Amino acid sequence: MESPEPLVQVRHLKKHFPITRGIVIQRTLGAVHAVDDISFDIQRGETLGLVGESGCGKTTAGRTILGLYKSTAGNVNIDGHDICTANGHEWMTIRRKASIIFQDPYASLNPRWSVSAIVSEPIRVHDLLKTAEERDKRAQELLELVGLNARHLNRFPHEFSGGQRQRIGIARALACNPKFIVCDEPISALDVSIQAQVVNLLEDLQERFELTYLFIAHDLSMVRHICDRVAVMYLGVIVEMAPRDDLYEKPLHPYTQALLSSVPVPDPKKERKRRHIILTGDVPSPINPPDGCRFHTRCPIATSRCSEIVPEWREMNPRHWIACHEV
Amino acid sequence: MDTVLQVNDLVVHFLTPEGTVYAVNGISFSLDHSETLAVVGESGCGKSVTMLSILGLVPIPPGQIVKGNAMYQEMDLLHSTEAQLELIRGKEISMIFQDPMTSLNPVLTIKKQITESLQRHMGLDMEKATQQAIALLNQVGLSDAQQRLNDYPHQFSGGMRQRVMIAMALACMPRILIADEPTTALDVTIQAQIVELVIALRERLGMAMIWITHDLGVVAGLADRVIVMYAGCIVEEAPVTQVYENPRHPYTMALLAALPRADRRRNQRLKSIPGAPPTLHAELRGCPFAPRCDFAIDHCWFENPSLQTIPSEHKIACWVDVQTGKAR
Amino acid sequence: MTSTAETVDSLPRSIVDELDTPPLSISQLTWRRFKRHKMALAGTIMLVFLVLYAIAGSFFYTEAYANYTETGTRLQAPSIEHPFGTDTIGRDILSRTIYGGQISLLIGLTAVLVETIVGVFLGAIAGYYGGKLDSLIMRFTEAMLNIPQIFLLIVMAKFFSGKLPNITFLGRTFSGSVVVIVFIIGLTSWMYLARIVRADFLSIKENEYILAARATGTPGYQIIFGHILPNAIAPIIVTATLSVANAILSEAYISFLGMGVQPPTATWGNMLEGAYKYIETAPWLWVFPGLLILLTVLSINFIGDGLRDALDPRSRAV
Repeated sequence: MESPEPLVQVRHLKKHFPITRGIVIQRTLGAVHAVDDISFDIQRGETLGLVGESGCGKTTAGRTILGLYKSTAGNVNIDGHDICTANGHEWMTIRRKASIIFQDPYASLNPRWSVSAIVSEPIRVHDLLKTAEERDKRAQELLELVGLNARHLNRFPHEFSGGQRQRIGIARALACNPKFIVCDEPISALDVSIQAQVVNLLEDLQERFELTYLFIAHDLSMVRHICDRVAVMYLGVIVEMAPRDDLYEKPLHPYTQALLSSVPVPDPKKERKRRHIILTGDVPSPINPPDGCRFHTRCPIATSRCSEIVPEWREMNPRHWIACHEV
Repeated sequence: MDTVLQVNDLVVHFLTPEGTVYAVNGISFSLDHSETLAVVGESGCGKSVTMLSILGLVPIPPGQIVKGNAMYQEMDLLHSTEAQLELIRGKEISMIFQDPMTSLNPVLTIKKQITESLQRHMGLDMEKATQQAIALLNQVGLSDAQQRLNDYPHQFSGGMRQRVMIAMALACMPRILIADEPTTALDVTIQAQIVELVIALRERLGMAMIWITHDLGVVAGLADRVIVMYAGCIVEEAPVTQVYENPRHPYTMALLAALPRADRRRNQRLKSIPGAPPTLHAELRGCPFAPRCDFAIDHCWFENPSLQTIPSEHKIACWVDVQTGKAR
Repeated sequence: MTSTAETVDSLPRSIVDELDTPPLSISQLTWRRFKRHKMALAGTIMLVFLVLYAIAGSFFYTEAYANYTETGTRLQAPSIEHPFGTDTIGRDILSRTIYGGQISLLIGLTAVLVETIVGVFLGAIAGYYGGKLDSLIMRFTEAMLNIPQIFLLIVMAKFFSGKLPNITFLGRTFSGSVVVIVFIIGLTSWMYLARIVRADFLSIKENEYILAARATGTPGYQIIFGHILPNAIAPIIVTATLSVANAILSEAYISFLGMGVQPPTATWGNMLEGAYKYIETAPWLWVFPGLLILLTVLSINFIGDGLRDALDPRSRAV
């Protein structure tokens, strides 16, 4: 049922941001352990959801996987290309095969560039079409693909609404016919009624172009809707990963359980009867993550073992992975 | 029926260099004592402007209260002087805002910010005010309140800052708490903490609450009654279960149909609402939702429906009966 | 406004195609804001007048006339024949201010050109690449800032004096020292601009659209000049404008000290040098060139102020 070779393979990926002091001679004081050993595969045509709260490292993970940040350790393989060692020609090939959609529709488009320039930049940079007419035609095509009128090619980002700008960002991501797109919270900044439009568009495009998505989000309801499999991140590590309905119906990790129980459900009778698992305390700092299991400081079922030994990442049920001692 | 706030026919415009923005287009609602009213709508629907106008927090100019009144205890808040409003704000009607990063003054300690309100409105001296402040911080779940009093806002996390805001807002035990998207910027687990806190405080203090949000999940758990706003108008108003189980306005229905669910298996595509909300640069002609409405009839384009009551406490502003598809 | 929801090929078509009438473009907005600045407008008019004076004036007087000496008529107060009087060797001051103005303004503009090219280039590289390159460039910049410009100017001027050929440019022949002055002023003033550009680049670089460009595979130089520079142009324009005034003043200083442009080529600055001994007895020697320098510098400063406000992205007034 699954393709033999996953499109994306991530193995023990780490990304630390050093904290330095001094101008002439730099001393390293420590590091922000944004991503601290994550591993997963993404099959062709699949949508993998990466969820977690702020500071868990999901955005950093998405960018490091694409090579936008240089990884501190581990490796990433996209369609046979090793991201961490690629340069020159191979680097450009990867840039065509994998693209990204950003969260902020206001910051992700250059305010001084016309829509046409923004959307056709990838084509120019990779020299895929030689003449200006061909490039313009392709730009028109791309706009129409995402549901915008091609008449607006010469307008500037500030003339569009948030939802429309996000569509422009999607058009840009499609310019070189990628296989893999990292969607970094693509709908978080949009109104509810526009979110549904954009999500439907992403699904349609996926079907039409056989795209593979890494869908990074914190809106767990939307993730359940669009993703095939979901991985839950906490403080730089993945604590649980499972097919969608397995994760939502039978969450095993205490953090996942707390997270899911906190998601409000738009059903008054249900919502008022629910028991929310309230976590105490705050998320620890990623500069000094707790020893052992990172979640142990807030975990309702933590034992002394949890504060000493890092739990093993194992497959509890078919395709259902978890890192916890007590389950 | 113990109405503590009554807003009638409020119309608010903004005069900008690019033209007039018709932000609030004639809304009326009431708030009962110890009731929680949720005001739901997407960005630009006028929900925040409405509440800010009531408290006199909209800068005038460019804002302009064209019409309407807001009666609180026989006082019309929209036509009161700044001095009169200052006696109300923080003491009788408190407001908390969305962004905990910018709502607190970064150069003053928490102690200063809480006690200032206590000293002014309740006339407490510094010592008593400090004790009260500690008690308040404990109430909102900040356990080491004594030590943290002398900290600055940047030393708190987002969730804790919001708790501090709540403590400040409730310091003088107001009759009404207005919360403008207080949990939108917070993580979902922190949001759950804050909502639980607010529910507990609400029971203890018996105050009325207006909760502004676009999150229909939070509303389901918190509200007694819901007002749905679109383009500066109220389109639907009903007790909370009715709004979710029996929505009668096409916009409310569409909004609910566009929501993904974390508690159910996915069964079909999300029903998106085509188009986008109007930008409010033109005066309303006809129903503002008509361009995006599945049920629109000719009359909808000519006249903006007013809010009418239909059986069992349900009010909607629509020319069409969605159950039959025909005019009302 | 009708809208329809069609699905073509199961991809939703855009609804409500009509965008609001586009707001004014960025340049139109900027011009509007500039116009509100009364002093800036006054400065613009004044500057236009001064430039016209320097250019058009050459239709009334020839250069030969400006350099024509006649000791018999030396040090004459303003009269009908010589509206600005004559200088120490009988040359007509009015025509000398015209031709002197051409040189002074030319020096001002070209020095700023040199300064802008060097400053923007170094600031951009330092701001974009960061790290060791940034440190290196910034240390160099700071070192240059510590060297007094006048000192360098004097040393350079002394070094090159007498060794330079004359240059013909736009129909005028002047001393090669003009080119030297231009480069010296330019190469000793770029530091301020470099710092500003670097700061701007550092902040713009953090925007998501830059990350998007990197994700696209856009090479560094295209990001610098295509993406960041258009967004950093405002402070560059303002600084460059104000630098013209500084350059004109710098030229005046060194010429006044006798180290600048060598006679007979006139500049407003070296006309002041000749007036040194006659400050009280023949005020017309320094009043007219001095006034012209003053008006030029003032009007440029007003324009610069107006531009700064007009280009400020945070100013929301129209």
